[in-house]
Amino acid sequence: MKYIDEYRDGDLAQQLARSIAAEADTGRTYHLMEFCGGHTHAISRYGLEDILPANVRMVHGPGCPVCVLPVGRIDAAIWLAGQHSVILCTYGDMLRVPGSKRLSLLKAKAEGRDIRMVYSTLDAVKLAQANPDRKVVFFAIGFETTTPPTAVAIKQAQALGLTNFFVFCNHVLTPSAIAQILDSPEVRTLGTVKLDGFIGPAHVSTIIGSQPYEYFAEEYQRPVVIAGFEPLDVLQAVRMLVRQINENRFEVENEFSRAVTRDGNAKAKSLVAEMFELRKSFEWRGLGLVPYSALRIKEDYAGFDAERQWDVPKDSPPDNKACECGAILRGVKKPTDCKLFGTICTPENPMGSCMVSAEGACAAHWTYGRFRDTKAQEA
Amino acid sequence: MTLSRRTHPRPLDVKNGRVDLTHGGGGRAMAQLVDELFVAAFDNEVLSQGNDQGAFNVPGGRMVMSTDGYVISPMFFPGGDIGSLAVHGTINDVAMAGAVPIGLSAGFIIEEGFPLADLERVVKSMAAASKAAGVPVMTGDTKVVEKGKGDGLFITTAGIGMVPPGIDISGDKARPGDVILVSGSMGDHGVAVMSQRESLGFETEILSDSAALHTLVAAMIKVAPGIRVLRDPTRGGLAATLNEIAVQSGVGMEIRETDIPIKPQVMGACELLGLDPLYVANEGKLICICGPDDAPALLAAMQAHPLGVDAKVIGICDQDPHHFVRMKTAMGGTRVVDWLAGEQLPRIC
Repeated sequence: MKYIDEYRDGDLAQQLARSIAAEADTGRTYHLMEFCGGHTHAISRYGLEDILPANVRMVHGPGCPVCVLPVGRIDAAIWLAGQHSVILCTYGDMLRVPGSKRLSLLKAKAEGRDIRMVYSTLDAVKLAQANPDRKVVFFAIGFETTTPPTAVAIKQAQALGLTNFFVFCNHVLTPSAIAQILDSPEVRTLGTVKLDGFIGPAHVSTIIGSQPYEYFAEEYQRPVVIAGFEPLDVLQAVRMLVRQINENRFEVENEFSRAVTRDGNAKAKSLVAEMFELRKSFEWRGLGLVPYSALRIKEDYAGFDAERQWDVPKDSPPDNKACECGAILRGVKKPTDCKLFGTICTPENPMGSCMVSAEGACAAHWTYGRFRDTKAQEA
Repeated sequence: MTLSRRTHPRPLDVKNGRVDLTHGGGGRAMAQLVDELFVAAFDNEVLSQGNDQGAFNVPGGRMVMSTDGYVISPMFFPGGDIGSLAVHGTINDVAMAGAVPIGLSAGFIIEEGFPLADLERVVKSMAAASKAAGVPVMTGDTKVVEKGKGDGLFITTAGIGMVPPGIDISGDKARPGDVILVSGSMGDHGVAVMSQRESLGFETEILSDSAALHTLVAAMIKVAPGIRVLRDPTRGGLAATLNEIAVQSGVGMEIRETDIPIKPQVMGACELLGLDPLYVANEGKLICICGPDDAPALLAAMQAHPLGVDAKVIGICDQDPHHFVRMKTAMGGTRVVDWLAGEQLPRIC
């Protein structure tokens, strides 16, 4: 397949891996955080850890939109689905995420709530058009990549004069999350989490551009390489990071130049700015309350805001006590450090959010990498 | 019906739980429902073989019986429809024991208001498929439910067949060192069906691979009567089927990504939809596991048959107490090819 195969070439991967091994200083370890779940998934799915040298360690970051949504917001979505005449629609990944009391949207659906999976926000608008006597709520989640499509849906609903289309907005912002990690005591003072550099988001950066990362590189003195989600992109980014670290540079470099510019997508950014404003703070699973890290719908578009239409519960029930998703999302722990991992928490019966989405660190390790754990045990 | 010996982290919550779509998705949730409810209740030797068909002795030989329900949506898709699928699918389940299919039954559950023209189209397609395969529909049943109590049309077929003397094919017979073959490209059926879902709005020239495989199986048995395992990778695709066999036989497997045949159009559609083609359903392909000595002749026989032209050897069975299906990736790394978690494609068959 053109434009895909080029980035999945096994021979090139081997060459890149060899040059990373040649350039990496054997006297030190390189701790590289891939922020995005897309990268986590690519690393696990293509078995990239097998071909990287042992002193290059990948630390999984919090960039999985499904994973960082707190239990309270899932509960709120389930609550919305139970309101009179509501059809709740959302992306497929959200359906299995457990809320409190082990309920999920999928289970609520089995109990009779009208919950539907959509591939696109515009399908949700169509649903509202086709069901004028129902209230269609789109459960909007995701980072900067999925925010513009939500904005487009609201625009379209407005153009169509729909009064039965609502958005339950949970869009969050990447830079705030990176800052929160870099400011965490584990990274700053305790030194329990070593982070020598970041692989920056692919799709998010197509929207926001590479410019927002310049602050981190400089302020926190950590190199950032923005990379695509294909395996060769990841390997190339690792090589670029190793080089920067060796040369004591901390710059923002762009491996994904085929899609990302410094300024990003101006049209998408202005549409988002027109429709959304910053929340003062928002709860992230794993990171807690993060200031100015999420968006809500502006007053001008209040008629489309589910949180204004309904008195959505604002409870924030805690995660399962034994669940380590929080620490895993901050890079403090690995999936295998969690007692629940693979015992009572599996992709079929997820206890924590990292086990739900294919992009979550636990699901990626369980689904693709767990044969290594048993090897390690037997050795 | 597929089942296997395995343990699940948490027993089925029969008291408070409800059936959700994952219970029909071909993954672990479905396997658990089958194991802990159906197999436990029906408990008998034939069912416990854990294959897609039950084999039993009758005076004069060994017979198999199989049944399958068809709820596919949409009913008509590129390369087939619910009628032809209901014939092919059940013939294939019978054939995967190495058996020669003898006849089928067909039960129709029809929703009030269903257009007679569509019913005729489905039935004629079934008749044509059954005639072409040489396996007649010998008995049937018709039920009509009130509007809103069914989704147009559901079909259940059952099939019987005779196992030729000396043939003993079953999902528990794979051994370390055995070779794994597939009869052709993976994922065609699932992608063809998905392309017709109105919500997706993409066009593809991919046709479903829906086909009756009993003549291919007959040709394979001729050159290698010692075939250990045959199974058609339907729901859950290649990944789920290999995992079932690995657990049932108590082996591990290692397959090579670069040797698995997948059409570029299928790969492209999966890329767009965020699907992994290894988990996408097939309706005219089989997986064969045989001793290493049989592999070359089998591969040649498969490739000489019109339904096995693209057959490939994709890996081997090995010793692994965890029964992992592992894959050497094109990048040179290794990963687990796991069971499907949750539903990837609902109502694909």
